[in-house]
Amino acid sequence: METMVNGIEHSRERWRYLDYFLNKPGPTSDPEWLPGEQTINSLETSKVLVIGAGGLGCEILKNLALSGFKDIHVIDMDTIDVSNLNRQFLFREADVGKSKAECAAAFVEKRVKGVKITPFNGKIQDKDEDYYMQFKMIICGLDSIEARRWINATLVGMVDTENPESLKPLIDGGTEGFKGQSRVILPTMNSCIECQLDMHTPRAAVPLCTLATIPRQPAHCIEWAHIIAWEEHRKDDILDTDDPEHITWLYQKALARAQEFNIPGVTYSMTQGVVKNIIPAIASTNAIIAASCCNEAFKIATSCNPWLQNYMMYSGDDGVYTYTFETEQKEDCPVCGNLAKSLTVNPNMTLQEFIDSLGERAEAQLMKPTLRTEEKSLYSQFPASLREQTAPNLEKRLSELVENGEEIGISDPAFAIAFKYKLIFSS
Amino acid sequence: MTTMVERTTTPPPLQGPTAKEKKYDRQLRLWAAGGQQALEDAKVLLLNSGPGVVGVETLKNLILPGVGNYTIVDEVDVTEKDLGVNFFLEESSLGKSRAEESCKYLQELNLEVNGNAIQKSTESFVEKPSVLDNYTLIILIGPTKDCSILEKISQHAQKSSIPLFYVHCVGFFSHFSVQLPAQFPIVDTHPDPASTQDLRLLNPWPELLIFAREKTGNLPFQRDHEHGHVPYLLLLLHYLNVWKAARDGKAPANYSNKKEFAAMVAEGARKNNAEGGEENFDEATANVLKSLNPPSISSGLKEVFESDDCRNLRKGSANFWIIAHAINKFHAAHNGLLPLPGALPDMKAQSSDYIQLQNIYKAKAHSDFAEVTATVRRSEKDLDIESPIDDKEIEAFCKGAQFVKLIRGRPIRIAKSTETLDWSDRAGALSMELENQKMMGLESLLPIYFAFLALDRHHDETSRLEQSRREPSPLKEIPGARDVSGAVLPVPNFAEAAHFYTPAVDPETEPKPWPRFDTPEARKTFDNVVKELDRADGAELHNISALTGGMVAQEVIKVITKQYVPVDNTCVFDGIASKTAVFNI
Repeated sequence: METMVNGIEHSRERWRYLDYFLNKPGPTSDPEWLPGEQTINSLETSKVLVIGAGGLGCEILKNLALSGFKDIHVIDMDTIDVSNLNRQFLFREADVGKSKAECAAAFVEKRVKGVKITPFNGKIQDKDEDYYMQFKMIICGLDSIEARRWINATLVGMVDTENPESLKPLIDGGTEGFKGQSRVILPTMNSCIECQLDMHTPRAAVPLCTLATIPRQPAHCIEWAHIIAWEEHRKDDILDTDDPEHITWLYQKALARAQEFNIPGVTYSMTQGVVKNIIPAIASTNAIIAASCCNEAFKIATSCNPWLQNYMMYSGDDGVYTYTFETEQKEDCPVCGNLAKSLTVNPNMTLQEFIDSLGERAEAQLMKPTLRTEEKSLYSQFPASLREQTAPNLEKRLSELVENGEEIGISDPAFAIAFKYKLIFSS
Repeated sequence: MTTMVERTTTPPPLQGPTAKEKKYDRQLRLWAAGGQQALEDAKVLLLNSGPGVVGVETLKNLILPGVGNYTIVDEVDVTEKDLGVNFFLEESSLGKSRAEESCKYLQELNLEVNGNAIQKSTESFVEKPSVLDNYTLIILIGPTKDCSILEKISQHAQKSSIPLFYVHCVGFFSHFSVQLPAQFPIVDTHPDPASTQDLRLLNPWPELLIFAREKTGNLPFQRDHEHGHVPYLLLLLHYLNVWKAARDGKAPANYSNKKEFAAMVAEGARKNNAEGGEENFDEATANVLKSLNPPSISSGLKEVFESDDCRNLRKGSANFWIIAHAINKFHAAHNGLLPLPGALPDMKAQSSDYIQLQNIYKAKAHSDFAEVTATVRRSEKDLDIESPIDDKEIEAFCKGAQFVKLIRGRPIRIAKSTETLDWSDRAGALSMELENQKMMGLESLLPIYFAFLALDRHHDETSRLEQSRREPSPLKEIPGARDVSGAVLPVPNFAEAAHFYTPAVDPETEPKPWPRFDTPEARKTFDNVVKELDRADGAELHNISALTGGMVAQEVIKVITKQYVPVDNTCVFDGIASKTAVFNI
């Protein structure tokens, strides 16, 4: 059988292996499913979006192209760095400095004939709902929780119960060292990224006073150089963590401080790690997680077998261990739930302290929040006039500003939607 | 009493990372320079067959981090259908050697790696199995044409102590078995940092006690600032003394004792401040349960200590056993204590107090290490060993003693069509696995492994039947090849044949030839896997190959670097349920 896809004629012989699964049902495929031409057609016309063209993204693009998808889009705002080459296998040394999305798309298009890959070198926030509406599903290979939360909230917001096409499955992967996870999210239908937020606790920040007065660890000295010394000596330079001169300066400052307190162990590599918050990453873990995501995408696009419900965690530190389970959708999820999420707070804490704590609380993780109750604005980051007007509230205790059990809305420039919380006073 | 760290008078010369350190930065943070060197010294052999994608994907994940050398042995030429599943081929590869073409496109990933291709079948390549001795690790893609090839490779790998990975990847399922050398010790297992704390609070040494007394002697009279900065472990030592003084010198031993003790510590915190408490006291109470345990050793270390190789050193004893022997002696001489690892967790404290405490721990770790080293040196002398074991190796063992692991490699099981596998030594354990999963309401994935064994057996059978057709031979040598009339029987299809390979439990037979496999759940899983494998007809799905290639590469890296803990010894993946399971076969 000869077919035309993206203007290229090719025979189904090339896809013989894939066709075994598209033309025949298996013991666990849905009895209602119709294998054959219809399924192949639906796979080839599914437009899918890949977010991230890094360690996971490179793998995802390759896997989708070899799973029979023909129309793939990819977004990434980054350029290629030499430290990417140990795993981002679509890039070569000569590509350092080029756009990841463009480079990766061109490589896979050239290697796998008949697939069309459309790159966008930019941020996911540059695109609007109309853009996301064109895709059948979205596969994320991101290293930032913030970007995941943004796309999650956007996709949940797009769901229109009158229009089944508006529900875009979101398949998300993440890795760290020998570990990782993949999950399938059907916005509003099952647990979303926001529902699962507290499963990925942010690293606890070291209190500022420890950095300033009683450092004990090499990382404390590095954070001191990063947060305090830079501000003191090089206020006018914008810190660029990719600039070796900047890292060297921080390293030397950190080293001098460490010597002053007799703290051993500050190195250049550690400085880089702390300042850039480097997460160890290897090709094999990316291969596992990206392939798991694409396997789910393939099953969803073709119905040739049931897909993941809804979370698989993988750990390769000690043997191989996976835990596959269904995470619960939360009624009080600030993104997909109907109820306001409860936050237990000390009524004596000031609004400023409360705002600071929002960045660290596993269930919130909001960095620049603007807060309001139903009646009044508590604190507004923007515009400047409103900020000045609400700034005096920062010193007030929560008990002076809200009632026990009152609902407040919190918005943050990093997210498209407002979060609903209910403040419960601790006794 | 202050132990000062030596001060560097001139700042060290500033050297940024080398080009290699930059490229490998993200992985060096996992396995460090030592692991990287081991990887670069490795020579990996891939014996490829079938669609051959899982092997190539595994190599991709080894070439990127910089394995030294890889060789692909593959018999076939590239065909159209390869291009739909294998990423490391191009249109221009059609009709050329698949080994050479995939080697070429893999090589582009990392020019520091040395790649080779050999267009041969696995069978002819291993004609003289000594050829395998040129490699440090073998990845064999199954099923082999017949079981004698697998057997030959497995036996030679055992004899030469070369780690062997035997991999299947068909449709939505995959499996790999790891055949490690008979003894495979790992010292650098990278345990979870939270579990590595051995602070020895129940067995403090004089320097630690003196420092504790110095910092807590006048606790009630300390100023708030000082009181709120006493390191928590000194607080615990202080309250332990108070506790013991009232209880005949006995430390809190059980859970309720410890709860009571924690409450007593919490009582000591000053609460008349803005925070309503003290962070160092919070840390102290939070750490009571995990810090006040009498010394014990892990089951892994116990196994090492009890091993004959540890008890009776001989001339050829590996370094691992010589050090293990010395640590066992330390353990016996110090009432069950292990050498102190010396690491101190971060805790609320003044900088100088913390550093001083850290130095007390380091000094003690160093003197324990010196004691172990002395034993090692004595053993070396007794055994007439000329080149002494590197101090660093001894030190690493002392630091990680609690977490060392000894894996005893076992031969890969071979499902010959002419023999019955004898499971007598594993039948019990595997039946237990089925029972346990059932009790938890889960489906065991063990049947996936058996379906792949059935597949091997089917290939072995098919190969035998085909051979019988090519060279007619006396009936009795090839049972089942012909019926009485002399007509050649059709080769049975896998799904039909597999049914007869499944564990037919015969209650009369002891030991049972297969593990008990007669639960309806296991039978259903087995039948479904067989049907799904039959649907695949030997095909690989790229995603499953990529995922399995990732898992196998992780394990290969762990085996090569001797860091982290590799699978012991069989792993299956179910791409429908997105689950894995590991069995010791």
